[in-house]
Parts: sequence; C-alpha cells; structure tokens
Amino acid sequence: MGRSAAGSGLQLHNICITQGARRLIALDTTVAPGEVLSVMGPSGVGKSTLLSLITGTLAQGFTATGRVVLEGRDITDLAPDQRKVGILFQDDLLFPHLCVGANLAFGLSARVTGKAARRQRIEVGLEEIGLAGFFDRDPATLSGGQKARVSLMRMLLSEPSALLLDEPFSRLDAGRRAQIRTLVFDTVRSRDLPCILVTHDAEDAAAAGGEVVEVTP
Amino acid sequence: MPAFGPVGVKRRLRFAWLPYLTLAAMLGPVLAGLAGTIAPAFGYLPAAGQSDWGLDAFRTLVEWPGFGRAAGVSVSTGFLATGLSLLIVVLITAGWQERAAFVVLQRLLSPLLAVPHAAAAFGLAFLIAPSGWLVRLVSPWATGWEQPPDVLIVQDAFGLALVAGLVAKEVPFLLLMTLSALPQVDGHRSAAVAGALGYGRVTGWIKAVFPRVYAQIRLPVYVVLAYSMSVVDVAVILGPNTPPTLSVQIVRWMNDPDIALRLQAAAAALVQCALVLGACGVWRLGESLGARLGHVWILRGGRGMCEGTLQAFGLIAGVLSALAVVLGLAGLAVWSLAGFWSYPDLLPDTLTWRSWIRHAPGLWDAARETLIVAFAATAVALVLTLGCLEAEHRFGLRLGPGGVFLLYVPLLVPQTAFLPGLQTLMLSAGFEVGRGPVILAHLVFVLPYVFLSLGDPFRAWDTRFGTIASALGAGPDRVLWAVRLPMLLASVLTAFAVGFAVSVGQYLPTLLVGGGRVATLTTEAVSLAAGGDRRAIGVFGLMQTVAAFVPFLIAVVVPPLVWRHKGGMRNG
Repeated sequence: MGRSAAGSGLQLHNICITQGARRLIALDTTVAPGEVLSVMGPSGVGKSTLLSLITGTLAQGFTATGRVVLEGRDITDLAPDQRKVGILFQDDLLFPHLCVGANLAFGLSARVTGKAARRQRIEVGLEEIGLAGFFDRDPATLSGGQKARVSLMRMLLSEPSALLLDEPFSRLDAGRRAQIRTLVFDTVRSRDLPCILVTHDAEDAAAAGGEVVEVTP
Repeated sequence: MPAFGPVGVKRRLRFAWLPYLTLAAMLGPVLAGLAGTIAPAFGYLPAAGQSDWGLDAFRTLVEWPGFGRAAGVSVSTGFLATGLSLLIVVLITAGWQERAAFVVLQRLLSPLLAVPHAAAAFGLAFLIAPSGWLVRLVSPWATGWEQPPDVLIVQDAFGLALVAGLVAKEVPFLLLMTLSALPQVDGHRSAAVAGALGYGRVTGWIKAVFPRVYAQIRLPVYVVLAYSMSVVDVAVILGPNTPPTLSVQIVRWMNDPDIALRLQAAAAALVQCALVLGACGVWRLGESLGARLGHVWILRGGRGMCEGTLQAFGLIAGVLSALAVVLGLAGLAVWSLAGFWSYPDLLPDTLTWRSWIRHAPGLWDAARETLIVAFAATAVALVLTLGCLEAEHRFGLRLGPGGVFLLYVPLLVPQTAFLPGLQTLMLSAGFEVGRGPVILAHLVFVLPYVFLSLGDPFRAWDTRFGTIASALGAGPDRVLWAVRLPMLLASVLTAFAVGFAVSVGQYLPTLLVGGGRVATLTTEAVSLAAGGDRRAIGVFGLMQTVAAFVPFLIAVVVPPLVWRHKGGMRNG
C-alpha cells in the first residue's frame, strides 16, 4: 500500500461499514492507477456494499465511517453522478429501451459536443470493441459477450477516474469469460484506472494480478 | 470520522413534501367530510336554520319505518357479497390455477375490472329481469310464459340481485389481488409440495397457501365489505326499492329540496359508518375463528373430500360471474341498437342507430365532462404518486405498514358517510360546487388505486440501472426521465388506465360534490335507472364502459408499438 504518490489513485481511508450492530467490512488501502484490488469472500459478506459506498448508493440500513478519496478529491459526500466512478455488474444492464448507440451516447461524456462529433466518438468506441456497425442494434439481439463489451465501452465513454467491477464475469460462459476478462484488465492498465474487483472466483482475482483482500463473515 | 447518512450524500430534499401533499389530498376530504357529517347529525346545520345540538335527527331516523329493513339489507348485502366473492376466488384459484380454464379467466380479468359498476349492474339487470335474456332463452317453450312473469327479480326485497351484481364485479378485483399476492408467498411451490404429500388441489391450497395469501389480501377484502355495504349506484339499479338500502336513502334525503332532511341524512350517514365499522369488527372475529378452526382442520391431516365438486363449483361460479358481465354488456349493446323488440324474441326485429342519434347531444356533453374530470383527476394522481415513489427512492421516505393502511382509508370509509358532509361543508363555506371540486373528490378515490397499481412495478425496477446511469454522470432527474420512466412505460400507462376507470365509474362524488351540475356518463346512466328506458340505458351504459376501456386499450397497445424494435422491453 502507498505505492502510489499521495493524491493519485483511489484511497479508502479507514472505511468501516456496519449494518445495525453487525460489522461488515473494514478497509484502509490505496489502489494505484492501473492496479486492480481484488476483494474476495463468500456472498452476503458485504463486498458489493463496499462498492455501493464508493458509488454513493449505499442502501438504507447501512452506516459507514471513513473517507473515499479519488485523485486527491474527497468524494465521500458527493452525489453519485458527480463522482466519476464507473461500475460494471454481473448483468450487462444495458438500457433495454435504447439501441446500442443510444446506450453509448448515454454514457459518452457531455464534454464531447456536436452531433457529428458524438456520433463519430461512439462509432470509434464500437470499433474498439469489435462491434463496428452495431449502432442501431437492439441490445436484446446481442450475444452475452457482445453485451458485456458494449457495457464496458458505455462506462469508458463516460471517462471515469476509477472502475469498480461487481462480479462482472460470473454470468459469462467459460469461453467468453477469459476474453472479456483480458479486455477489461488490459483497459484498466492502458487507461491507468484504479480498479476494485469484487469476486468469489479465485481465477478472476489471479487474472487481475493485483493485491487480494479476503473478507470473512 | 463522522458517520454519514444512508447514501453518504448531502441531498436536497426537493420534493420531500410531496408525500404529505398526497396524504392531504387523499385524507383531507375524508376527514373534512366526516366532520361535516357529525355536526348536522347532532342538530347543528345553520343553513337549515338549525343550531340546537341534540339527538333529534337520530330519533327521526329510527322512527322512519324503513330504517330496520334498510340497515338490515345493507349489512346482509355486505356479508353475502364479500363472503361469496372470497369463496369463489378461493375455490377457483385453489382448483384451477395454471390450468387452461384459469388462464382464460385471467385474460378476462383486466377488461372485467375496467367495466364500471353501474354498467355491469345494468347489464345484469337486463339479463335476469322477467323480460330479460335468461327468461327469453327458455320461454315460452320450456316455461310456458307467454308474457314476462310477474315476479320481482331485479330489485328484490332481500337485495339478492344486488349481491349478484356486486359479486360479478368483486370477484375480478379479489382475484387480481390474490394473483399479485401469490408470488410473494411462494404459492405455486407450496401447492406443489401439498400435492406431493397427497393433498387434493383445493384442500392442499386452502391449507398450505390460503392463510398466507389471505394475510396479503385482507385490506382489499375489507374494502369489498365496506363498499358492498354502502354502494349507491349498483343499489339504485339492482337493490330493493321500498325501502332502499340505507346508503341510497341517504342520497335521496340529501337530494330532497327540503334542506331539513339533511339532518336525518347526516344521522343516517353516521349510522352507516358505524354499521361498516361494526361489520369489519365482526369480520375480524370471523377471521380469528376461521383461523382457529382451520388450524384444527390442518392438524387432522385430511387429504380432502369432494374435491371434484369443489373444483366444479369454483369453475362454474367463476365462469358465471364473468359471463354475467360479458353477456350483460352484450345486452346493453343490443338494447342500444334495438328497434322493435317484443317478448319473447331473443333478438330485436330490427337494428337501428335511432337511440344513439337521439341521445347524441347529451351523450357528447356527458362524455366530454367524463373525460375532462377523469383525465384531470388521474393526471394529478399520477404526478403525486410518481412524486411519492421517487421521494421514497431518493430520500428513503418509505411508507410503513401504517402508510399502506392510510392508502386504504378512502376505500374503507363508506362514501355515503363523508361525501354528504363534504357537500354540506362546501355549501356552508360558500364554495361553488362544480367541476373543480368534483375532480378533487375523484382524486380521493383515484389516488389509492393509482398508487397501489404503480407502487409494485416502480419498486421492482432494478435500481442497478439507476446506479449505472448515475455512475455515467446522469443526475437523479435524468435517471428518472430518461431511464426509469421509459422502462416503466407500460406500468405507468396501466396505472393511468386504472385511475381513469375508477374516475369514470364514480357516481356519488360526482352527484354530491358536483351539486347535480356535473353530468358525467355515470350520473346520466344511473339517473335513467328509474325511468326504465332500456334503449337509453343501453346507450349510456355502453358509452360509460367504452370510456373506462379506452385507456386500458392504450396501455395494452402502445408499449409494444413504441418498443417494437426493443426485445428487452417485451415483458414490461
């Protein structure tokens, strides 16, 4: 810990989450840019709750202490949409009422302005994930792996400063799994994003190649 | 380190006040109306020159010769209609769920629910009247009746026709409530387990699933009880006449030019309220007695008797109650088009648009008024409901069990107990009766149904879509408008249709709060009941049904059209 310079990466200062009298998770660490911190443990132990604290969507009934600092900015009290923290779940959660292109446009940072420029950026994004020409497609017609890639690209287009992964590979079949996993972790490294991976699969954690924290009930 | 709140975010409570406004819109008129009933009941009504507090009004009421019968029919109607409806729903769900016949009934459920009570009552009256379709079907070849038999079937003194009319409309309501409770109690798997243990379908379901389902549908059952005891429009059409039910008599006194009769009406309204409260108490005792007997029955371990009979009874009763509404509507349609139609012909000699043309001007005015009132009341209800649900989502302002009960209050307090008081109060305070107040009065009844209809789908929406959207930088408003509401389009339209149908069907609030000046399809149709012009009744009853139906049609047709290229939106 503390490998990164002060002020960079995702810092979790003395985080402690409780549910009523029950202590769920306590963590004090820094995730450097381009590094993946894997949080492992059985389900129901509060791994996802840690992520919801970081995204700002902690459910009622949970209380937390500590500070979350991203790139030197304390985001603990910010609204979820102000945090620049991207997240991927085990389901692709593509908006079913929007086509693939509109899903990506929803994610694409508002700083990219102009209809043509935005369209252009989205087409480039589609090419990057090997789905050129998929702009008008209905997400429901995509394969599981394709959906996962669109979901990842949607998140990247919003230009997040950190990436959270909530068991994002567990619904994929074995073949696609390795492929998507490599894509995600390569992206994390190439974009220098601090990343937290929550998983109960040791293979995922091994592939991430970073520090592993075990959470026990 | 400071502890931070549920979401860890400093949130602006921008429309945190909406739930309170909603409660006020729903309960304010009920409470004001009850207050406005209590004062005149105890002799205080300055508008009628009465300001001596006392029990005179109750004395006059009790001395009214029809009092005992009127109150008695109200009570017996309530228990019979509620008990029968519940029995039919239990038997048909227990014996037939997941079987083909049940699936057909399930499809009919929403359309049946949408049919306004008055239209269903008229339809039933046309079916069972001495000159109705049922008698015509078997006459004279089987009965020998060359003339319509001279018996009082509709408007019988015991209120049995009234009970039948109510059962036909309450079975779909309770069935819908039961079906939405079933997944919550894991009913299908429990029934399967009971079956594997050797229990018959009906017995197994009643022993293993019903207790939990009943706990979920209790409040709706009480709503049915309160409604059946105090309904006015159905009772005017199908109920006894001399004397009528207590609620109908209250409305007669309220509409009497002699304003002093309002004291009596107010006293009767309080008695009506007490009767409903008492009946609910008796029903509650029945519940615990039933639970105790049921427990003994379960411990005995019997696998079921007369399974076939019970299943057959359930199916026949369910089909009959659905047929009563469907054939009734067909009857309305045929009468509205009938030229000369003599007994015992099954169909009229000629079909003609004459009735429609004759009533077109009045029909148009009433339809316009109906649509304006229903649209306004439902739109306001939808906005308030969405505001409440979104406040619940954003700020955790969650309705507890007490809050859910509050939703049911306007449906549990008899309309005849507080609407007369509301009218009296408005007149005393110098408010103009008319369309505005009618819209607010409709809101009292539309709001709970819109809320109950939209609440579950709104809360069932996967909030991870919201997390994703806000992680992508979308603020709460954008999440609501660009993600949540489009995804919930079908549910929102359905809730709108439910609210719209409730408003279209309202009789008493329109009549009393509108001071007789707001003429909707429902008030026009019910006012035709006494005259017996079947062609006019057919025209207005059918139009009333159409008005309630159209939004449901929109709710069914529009979402698949809008989402025709979106496979992920096909199931909701």
